[in-house]
Amino acid sequence: MRWNSLRGALLVCLLPALLLGEAPRRLTIAAASDLQTVLPDIVRAFERTAPARVSVSYGSSGNFFAQIQNGAPFDVFLSADVEYPRQLADAGLADPSTLQLYATGHLVVWARRESKIDLSRGLAALTDARIRRVAIANPKYAPYGRAAVAALRDARLYDAVQPKLVMGESLAQTAQLVESGNADVGVLSRSLVLGPTLMAEGTYADVRASYPAIDQAGVVVKASREPALAQAFIAFLRRADTGTQLERFGFARPSR
Amino acid sequence: MDWEALWLTARLATIVSGILLVVSVPLAHWIVFSRRRWTFLVESIVSLPLVLPPTVLGFYLLMAMGTRSPLGRLWIDWTGHPLAFTFEGLVVASLFYSLPFAVQPIATAFSQIDPTLREASATLGAAPLRTFFRVVLPLSIEGVIAGAVLSFAHTVGEFGVVLMVGGNLPGVTRTVSIAIYDHVQALQYREATVTALFMLAFAFAVLLAVYGLRRRPLAAAPLA
Repeated sequence: MRWNSLRGALLVCLLPALLLGEAPRRLTIAAASDLQTVLPDIVRAFERTAPARVSVSYGSSGNFFAQIQNGAPFDVFLSADVEYPRQLADAGLADPSTLQLYATGHLVVWARRESKIDLSRGLAALTDARIRRVAIANPKYAPYGRAAVAALRDARLYDAVQPKLVMGESLAQTAQLVESGNADVGVLSRSLVLGPTLMAEGTYADVRASYPAIDQAGVVVKASREPALAQAFIAFLRRADTGTQLERFGFARPSR
Repeated sequence: MDWEALWLTARLATIVSGILLVVSVPLAHWIVFSRRRWTFLVESIVSLPLVLPPTVLGFYLLMAMGTRSPLGRLWIDWTGHPLAFTFEGLVVASLFYSLPFAVQPIATAFSQIDPTLREASATLGAAPLRTFFRVVLPLSIEGVIAGAVLSFAHTVGEFGVVLMVGGNLPGVTRTVSIAIYDHVQALQYREATVTALFMLAFAFAVLLAVYGLRRRPLAAAPLA
């Protein structure tokens, strides 16, 4: 009896401490997979400025777009394009006032070092008869896949290369299809190939054919329980030092 | 409805369950009737895909098929292209993936046969092969059918492995499960619904057939 009341008293005393304690707030980010080389450093820098624990999921922008439409519990959506965040805002699923460009991406062709393919010709290198498989991200739901198709069309190479195309489910999977030696060349983002693994194992060349600018935007998801923190993160992406960091991984500063 | 994906999946599953049937009957026979002590080792290896995440299998297959593995290079030298992203590649992947679903029902059926029947057959002078075809197989035919049906159905339902080694090529490696995933990703819920509903009906029909077969009393089994 006595023990029970003692325990009860203890619990009553501890409860406010548990609820009000300085537990770090959680921020969950859905990020396009071209960010996976650069974002971890940015997140660490952000965590030093704010009392937050940030966790990031990487995938194709289209996949996250579909998931958020169906109530996925993300606070921030960093897309590889502007369309998906804008559509979420239009549908009332994201806060339109938070929609913000954070970087512009670039396409590259990448091959393993031992493949001896001369990438200096850019996309034209893909017509090389030794190249049997060219990996691109699925244009149905990956912005970089759409950009790759647009660039191939602009270079008038699409019909020649199309029979060689295999599709990754996200940009990251596309890279891994080439990295594992199953596809000969990949059309990837410059940000991915500047990461340590791909840098060590292959070579890349910029795609010079024209394609619609890969403007990437972020937005705060309406259902977020940490809207202020989420907004702070998006603002953090526009800071000068973060911009420098993004540039180191091949992004250009947002045009607007 | 994705007719192309459906046809591709049907071809894949038919070829895979056909090969598995040929492989699994002797394998199950050996596992059940061999007197060697390490049959359990082979049994465990065969059953691995039941427990392994498909991503583990997909990862190993991708590594094995690429230019970095000797096996992958051998195949490329031989055929001129990697095994990944081809129909044959999916067949190979599915053989590993669905093997336990063929072997296990067959082995179970074999192990339920009264040993005295096999002994009697041998005593009467029947060679082991004759005993197998005249006694063992007729008594376990339901298990063999269940193995074929389940490995067919399991191949149809394969997703993770195909996603990792397939490359999503229409008519070559875009199976029904991948096509549904594609539709959902692209927010084409209407197309996804039709195909998904068809798959639901198919899966239910398969299970009805399998469990319907099992319910039949043993005495009614044909003793050919």
